[in-house]
Order: sequence, then structure tokens, then C-alpha cells
Amino acid sequence: MAGMREGEIRIPSGCAIAAVISREGKKMTGEAIMESMKPMHDRSNGLGGGFAGYGIYPEYKDYYALHLFFDCRDTRKECEAFLKESFEVVKGELIPTRKIPEITDEPIIWRYFVTPLRSVLADLQLDEKEFVARTVMKINTEMKGAYVFSSGKNMGTFKAVGFPEDVGRFYCLDEYEGYSWTAHGRYPTNTPGWWGGAHPFTLLDYSVVHNGEISSYDANRRFIEMFGYKCNLQTDTEVITYILDYLLRVQGLTLTEAANVIAAPFWSTIEGKQDAYEKQKLQYLRTVFPSLLITGPFSIVLGFDGGLMALNDRLKLRSMVVGEKDDKVFIASEEAAIRVMEPEVTNIWAPSGGEPVIVKVREGAY
Amino acid sequence: MKLDVRNLGYREVNEWLREHDGVCELSECLGQRFIAAGMSDREITIEGTPGNALGAYLNGADITVHGNAQDAVGDTMNAGRITVHGNIGDAAGYAMRGGRIFVRGNAGYRAGIHMKAYRDKVPVMVIGGACGSFLGEYQAGGVIVVLGLPQDGQKTSRIVGNFPCTGMHGGKMFLRTDAADITFPWQVTARPAEEADLAEIREYVREYCSLFGCDEESVMNSPFTVVTPDSRNPYKQLYVAN
Repeated sequence: MAGMREGEIRIPSGCAIAAVISREGKKMTGEAIMESMKPMHDRSNGLGGGFAGYGIYPEYKDYYALHLFFDCRDTRKECEAFLKESFEVVKGELIPTRKIPEITDEPIIWRYFVTPLRSVLADLQLDEKEFVARTVMKINTEMKGAYVFSSGKNMGTFKAVGFPEDVGRFYCLDEYEGYSWTAHGRYPTNTPGWWGGAHPFTLLDYSVVHNGEISSYDANRRFIEMFGYKCNLQTDTEVITYILDYLLRVQGLTLTEAANVIAAPFWSTIEGKQDAYEKQKLQYLRTVFPSLLITGPFSIVLGFDGGLMALNDRLKLRSMVVGEKDDKVFIASEEAAIRVMEPEVTNIWAPSGGEPVIVKVREGAY
Repeated sequence: MKLDVRNLGYREVNEWLREHDGVCELSECLGQRFIAAGMSDREITIEGTPGNALGAYLNGADITVHGNAQDAVGDTMNAGRITVHGNIGDAAGYAMRGGRIFVRGNAGYRAGIHMKAYRDKVPVMVIGGACGSFLGEYQAGGVIVVLGLPQDGQKTSRIVGNFPCTGMHGGKMFLRTDAADITFPWQVTARPAEEADLAEIREYVREYCSLFGCDEESVMNSPFTVVTPDSRNPYKQLYVAN
């Protein structure tokens, strides 16, 4: 690139997302999802890649799996001491990685399997999830050099600066088995790419991979920060993750209702609805949560305990394709990515803007 | 000439195509974008799933895809023909200004966005199945035909999604339906097609039927709705006072 100036070279790009889930809860290694990112290589620019796997820690499934980046050993020691004040830490270890030339400058990467101390929860009168979420916010906001990038039970996020297929190899994802996987290749538009800013973004068991660039970021951020969330990274995907946590966990909305808040139909479309109950409900959701309408282009996959939800912005300014084969459902920015995972895929279709695609694992199978 | 492109990037595929004219066959295609960009004077058949912007700036070549195509088929295409024996993604024929696109199945959102015409350059797009929302968004010229034919034996529920013809200011759109359930913007006129209107598209429908093997008379023997912009300047004073 020597001698090249800005404007003389254009790298055509746009983020890539992909996901796969077994409705029967059958385990898959991370290999297929890593392969799926290869035909979409040119949608990323090497400044971020990541994966989320669900069902990957069955032996610790009752513990929150905290994945952390540290800048140095002292920060890690300090953070461990902080965690031990309010959590039982049953295991703490380096996350296994492979040294490969494509991934460099890695931080110190650890995971802890933890559960909040009953006495602390009783004292604070908080439920477990709320306390874990607050702890994540506290570390990410106040502890310089430490960053929690995964905090759910029996799931984990793995992300780095690099191309996604390299990030997967770096984290040895071929050695994990999960019933559902999501993936992301990043082409950062508004922030310099760094490890914490790669996708998926997570809070508790919610993880979000996102292709797009939302234009409502600041309006959404101002609203969601009133409820204790701290948007530390100035990236739009972080705010989408917190919005979904707020709507689903705190407010108790269903997935479809949450989709109808963030990708609300136009008033004119609502006006034309024949079903009076549906119409009233859509009006209600738009009226109660106007600040959580997400505008601008997005296609996202939300991962959660036992399922996935894919959603496009209401104008469908980004592409997304869904396909099926037997117990599996595939989602990706491009059909080619699905065909890599399953050449014999059937029922390939493109959901409409604002139409959530919700896939759940059979109850009891995960 | 035949090339297995399974492990090739789009640059290698296009370099190979540039070195060959006549009939070129690509097999095991999987997501390579920009295939045949700007090319003329050759026939290209593709097995598999070509990537985005298939035939961008196409300048006379004839492409046939045995499978589905992804987004932005025929982006800014100038001349030639693209035939897809499957479905296509979003924004097909984006700013297309000549040539023809034939799709056996369905199209995603924004098919024909900002198609334009100039003198003898009149782009044509024929979609056999249904289209997503924003069909013909900002259409400035050319002809879009949507047939709404059953796909895989399944009747299409609706021939087009929401907000068709938004910002349309030129060209013509033909929908094979009475359009009773479709809402158009007030800047366009939608009316039942008459004999003279149908005569304009008969040639395109004939070509569609010969490409995909269906009966021209039974396709034409149906109500059609023709949509045109209201006047030369339907958006007067929408943005600026002019």
C-alpha cells in the first residue's frame, strides 16, 4: 500500500453476519460457521471478527461464564480481587488460543465461571441477572484496562481484530460444540476497530451481530442510559444489545414485541392493519417506546439461551437470507454463506423488513 | 470453455472471462461478486450462486444463471441480457440504463431502483414471481414487468410488497394483477392496461416464456395494471421551489 493515498483505493465492503441453529439441540463444532464467513470475506476489512456459541459450556452450565480482556497482569489481579468480593469463582483460566500470524497484539484473555454470592444478592435485594449485568457495566466503565465481552450462562463470545475466519482459528472454535452459533465480519465505519469493539456484543446470554449503521444511535443511547446501561464504545451495536436486554429481560416483552419496537412499522402501515388487536398493540408499542425505534440500515441476529432471532430494519436496507435443512436453520447476509454450511439447503427465503425470524430449540433439548 | 471456480476469487474469475470470448461456462460458483462486470461479446452460463453485483456495468454480454442470484444483479447495466433461473436478492437492476433482466422467480426489495432510459436505450426487467417492497423506487425510465406467476406450485400471496413506485418519475411498470390490494403514491397513476399497453410488453413476455418454457397466451390472458408517473415533474416543490 506504499504510496497509496486516501481516495486512490476503494475497498468495497459491508459487514457480514451468519448464524446456524439446531432446533433439536444437536451439537455442532464451530467449523461450519467459520467456513460460512469465507465467501463473504470481502464484506469485512480485517478490523474485527467474532463468534458466539450457545451450549458450549455444559459442565459449567449453572455458572455465568465471564470472558475478559485485560491490558496487563496487574489489571487482571485487581479485577479478580474485585470479582471475589461478590462472586463465587469456581474456575478461572486463560482462554485457549492458537498463535497464528494473522492475529497479533492480543490482550490477556481469560474466562471465569462464577455465581453471585447469595448474601450479596440478599443484601442488595437484586435478582441474579440484574446483579451480573450491573457488575459487567461497572467493570467496563470503571476498571481501566479490563473489559468483559461475554457474560452469559452456557454460552460464550469470542472476538478479535482480524478477519472472522482467522479469529475462529485463533480461538480454536473447532474444539467447541454448541447447538447454535452466530458470526460476524466487521467493517467498522465510525470507530477505529479494536478487540472490544468487534461483534458479537453481549450482555448476559444475549448476543448481537449486526450489519449496518443505525442513524438513531444518540437518541437510543440517551434513552437507554437512563436505565443504568453505559454505552462505552460509541458503537451502534452496543446500544442495540442493551435495548434488547431492556425490552426482553427488564420489560418482559416477547421477541416479536421487541422487534415491533425497534423495527416498528410505519404509522401508515399500522393504519392499514385489518386485525384490530394487532393494530392497537402496534400503536401501543410505538407510543410507549418511541425512543427505542432504531432507524437506518441494520440486519441483526440476536442469540439467546435456546434460540435466535433475525431481524432487518423496516426499510430493509441490508440483505439477509434464511434457509433450512432438517433440524437446522441458517441465516446469513448472503445465500452463498448458507450454501457453504449446507449445500443441500431448502426453503431459501429473504424475510421482509421488520419481520422477525424467531427460531427456538425444542424445550428440554438444550 | 469451462472453468470450475470453486476456490477462485472474483478477480481470477473475471480475468479468465476476459481472456475468453464466445461461450464461457462457470461451475461451482459460490458468492464471487462482480462476475462479468462491464463485459460484452460473450455468452456466460453460471452453475451455482453468483455473488453480489452480477453483471454490473454489463455492456452486451449474455449471462444465464442456473440457480439463484444475490443482491444488485445488473447494477448500472448498459446493454446485454441477464437470465436467472431462480430468485434474486435486493436492488436488482440498480440504475440500469439498458439491456434486459429476466428472472424466473421472485425478486427482493427495491427491484428496478432508479432505472433510467435515454433515446434508444430502454432497460427492461421481467420478474416472473413476486417482488418485495419499494419496487421501482425512483424509477426514471425503462420498463418493469412483474408477472406474479406461481412459484414451485405455490401461488404468490401478493405480487408486490409495500410502497411500490415511491419517487417514480419516469418509465412504466406493468403488474399482472388488478392491483386492488396495492397502495400507490399519489404522484403516479395506476390504471388497467389496455390493448395498446399490452402490445408494448408482449415481446418481453414472449422472451420470458421462451426462456423459461411457459405459455405466452395464458400469461397475457390476465388483467394487468400499468403505472406511470403523473406528469413531467410530479415532485415539484417537494424538496426545493422549482
